[in-house]
Amino acid sequence: MRKMTCVGLGDDTVSILIGGEAGQGITRSGSLLGTALMRGGLSVFGTNEYPSLIRGGHNYYLLRASGREVYSQDSHVELVVALNKETALIHQGELVPGGGMIIDEESQLTEGELSRDDVKIYTVPLTAMVKRLGGPEIMRNTVALGSVLAIVGFDSTILKDVIAGTFRGRQELIETNRKAVDLGYDYCKEHYEGFGCRLVDGEGTPSRIMPTGDEALALGAVQSGCRFYAAYPMTPASPILDYMAAHDAETGMVVIQTESEIAAINMVVGAGYAGLRAMTATSGGGFSLMVEGLGLAGMTETPVVINVGQRPGPSTGLATNTAQGDPLFAIHASQGEFPRIVVAPGDVEECFYLTMEAFNLAERFQVPVIMLTDKYLAESHRSVEPFDAGRVPIDRGKLTLVERWEGEEYGRYRITKDCVSPRLLPGTLNVVVQGNSNEHDELGYSTSSPGPVVAMMDKRLGKGRFMENHVASLRPVRVIGGEDAEVSLFGWGSTKGPAREALMLLSESGVKARFVQIVYLEPFPAEDVRIELARGSANILFENNATAQLGELIRLHTGYRFDHVGLRYDGRPFNPSDIRDGVMEVLRR
Amino acid sequence: MSLKELDTGVQNTWCPGCGNFGIINAMKQAIIQLGVPRERIVAVSGIGCHGKITDYLRVNGLHGIHGRVLPAATGVKLANHGLTVIGHAGDGDAFNIGLGHFAHAARRNLPVAYIIHDNMIYGLTTGQTSPTSGQGFKTKTTPRGAFEVPINPLTQALTAGASFVARGFAGEPKHLVELFKQAMTHKGFAIVDVLQPCVTFNRVNTYEFYRQRVYKLEDGGHDAGSFEAAYRKAQEWGDRIPIGVFFREERPTYVEAFPALGDGPLAVRELNPDIGRLIDEFR
Repeated sequence: MRKMTCVGLGDDTVSILIGGEAGQGITRSGSLLGTALMRGGLSVFGTNEYPSLIRGGHNYYLLRASGREVYSQDSHVELVVALNKETALIHQGELVPGGGMIIDEESQLTEGELSRDDVKIYTVPLTAMVKRLGGPEIMRNTVALGSVLAIVGFDSTILKDVIAGTFRGRQELIETNRKAVDLGYDYCKEHYEGFGCRLVDGEGTPSRIMPTGDEALALGAVQSGCRFYAAYPMTPASPILDYMAAHDAETGMVVIQTESEIAAINMVVGAGYAGLRAMTATSGGGFSLMVEGLGLAGMTETPVVINVGQRPGPSTGLATNTAQGDPLFAIHASQGEFPRIVVAPGDVEECFYLTMEAFNLAERFQVPVIMLTDKYLAESHRSVEPFDAGRVPIDRGKLTLVERWEGEEYGRYRITKDCVSPRLLPGTLNVVVQGNSNEHDELGYSTSSPGPVVAMMDKRLGKGRFMENHVASLRPVRVIGGEDAEVSLFGWGSTKGPAREALMLLSESGVKARFVQIVYLEPFPAEDVRIELARGSANILFENNATAQLGELIRLHTGYRFDHVGLRYDGRPFNPSDIRDGVMEVLRR
Repeated sequence: MSLKELDTGVQNTWCPGCGNFGIINAMKQAIIQLGVPRERIVAVSGIGCHGKITDYLRVNGLHGIHGRVLPAATGVKLANHGLTVIGHAGDGDAFNIGLGHFAHAARRNLPVAYIIHDNMIYGLTTGQTSPTSGQGFKTKTTPRGAFEVPINPLTQALTAGASFVARGFAGEPKHLVELFKQAMTHKGFAIVDVLQPCVTFNRVNTYEFYRQRVYKLEDGGHDAGSFEAAYRKAQEWGDRIPIGVFFREERPTYVEAFPALGDGPLAVRELNPDIGRLIDEFR
């Protein structure tokens, strides 16, 4: 059997950057190539960067593959596919010595414009070949992908199968694209030798999947039994809305593009009150609009799930970049005091499994649950094992689905030992169900009498203790690496990927390090964090924001203050080598 | 069902003589006459004097936040479209802060009856101008009289695509009951703008003011099937004020937009999701 092979120029990974103008189908091409590599047995991670416009402007997709598990991009690139001149000029500096660059014969690069003489240039008549095929200009990407495979030694049949799957039912399109792959592949086989970097598919490799964080989250919602999704388009959450809308008949879900985020959250609260598992997703700006509705969910004790895909702010900020600037906002949003849960998945798998947990927690405690992701996690692909749909069984808490209630007089806000009231749905015979944004009594009717007011506040906030205990059983703090580590990296959310890669880099440099991931930000797992802080290692905090908000949270709950903090707030994710360099600098001090 | 069974027993804090009494009484009568069990009705209300209706009317209630009656009602209705959902909103709720949602509910033909408690004043905040206050109307916030042209709920509704557009008067209870019954059974978005005197803060639009002016459309042979006739009548305001059904049309409701709702209400179903095939798309 042929074995899968991956030989990089710097390490055991190979990074391929495909760049061009917005509107040239860059991300699509990247994910097609990634899927092909995955089917050939490689692990892949793919991330995109694009400006907030539809045509023109520089766009790229960075794909990293390896025979081992790969968790993020890094700063070096083996092969650049330059669909335009700008890509060649911008990205030549990222190429490792001995790397390669595919350029279009018609890219009009003049002698001397490329400063690198230590990389191999593959000039391919991409545009000319597409013209000969009679295909649209965008098909240059497919020719380029064929060229990539020839250069690295990968079987082009796999890519053609991937394309056939993507364009299922559109035979003519499939045929032209197959031809385009062959043209690029054959041209490079005929005219060029490969370079040092090799990617060879293996036989009989296990079947994996390659979703983005958004897609994993959407799948998690579907598997949770979410049947109501209302949202307003906003990067980076729009792909969830697109996905849900494309699959609404199959999933039996009501999917609405609303007139505003305010409408979305209020619809979701209405659906939750009426008994559906309901969700919305947005980014910080949209979440700002939702805040009053969040309070409504808190006051009416209505289970809802809200995904906030963070991007740099304030205001419009960097609309298509990444940040972790909203945790304190998410934890504190809304007037008044009420319990909520804030959870931050760190990778594609957690986007799936924590979404399932989120729906359970929302119903179990009858509270809003906020899932914090970010553009980097939401839109990056990673190859993973297919999700285990049975791992998180559905738990609807104290909901009783009956046609007729035969018990004692029903009150939606009955005070109970665990502070969670039995939940019946409107429509149940013999009862009326009240949801009330005003302070209310146990039946749900408005009151301003001091006694009932305090009782109801105590009931809602009393859930906190039970939530804390329950969340403690969900591994709210996750550690990667051994206890004998001399350095502990602390972080949350999407820094998990680069941090895992950084652990490997540090290990190569002889540094034993571990990564401590805070998964649940509210209720805050203070005890677990305190234990991890006290392991005796050097503690370093890494966050994609300017004010070290997790650091603030840790200080608030444990009194601990980080001496070493690495922050990145230029809208880009950390590269593993940045984290390694940061750690080494601390150790040298 | 009796009137008493629709009463929550909660102490009522509307001012004596408030037009809201006419509205809640007509609503109770309509529910009784239609024979819809109170458990099958959800009243969604906003913020303002009208919003207290969920405290007094013994049906399921969702007393939401200011201006968001229709989005909340949308969620309830689509989650369980077997229920009769009635939105109650004040003029401030509906036409100031919530005006955006109004147009969208109308164009979606959301099958919800939307009852506007239109007293042309902010009552609960003790007397500020409202979007339906007449020009020149003096309030605490318009000491020189309201400058803005008032919003006309009916032309707004017609323009946005509401499929049932009516106006009632809180001082004409029997007429109002009939309007509510028609709105609650209409297949689509049904708005009833109810002229509701505020006895404390509005000294212009009083019971007497309306009694001298209102007349019933049905007495004059109005054709509710004609958009043009409806639009013309909707602009009539002055010495004579028409009440009744201005416009009515049949067209698919928002429930029909969702394949998921084809097999009946979603909320009462057990969850049995299976993403097996969806996962395969990512292989």
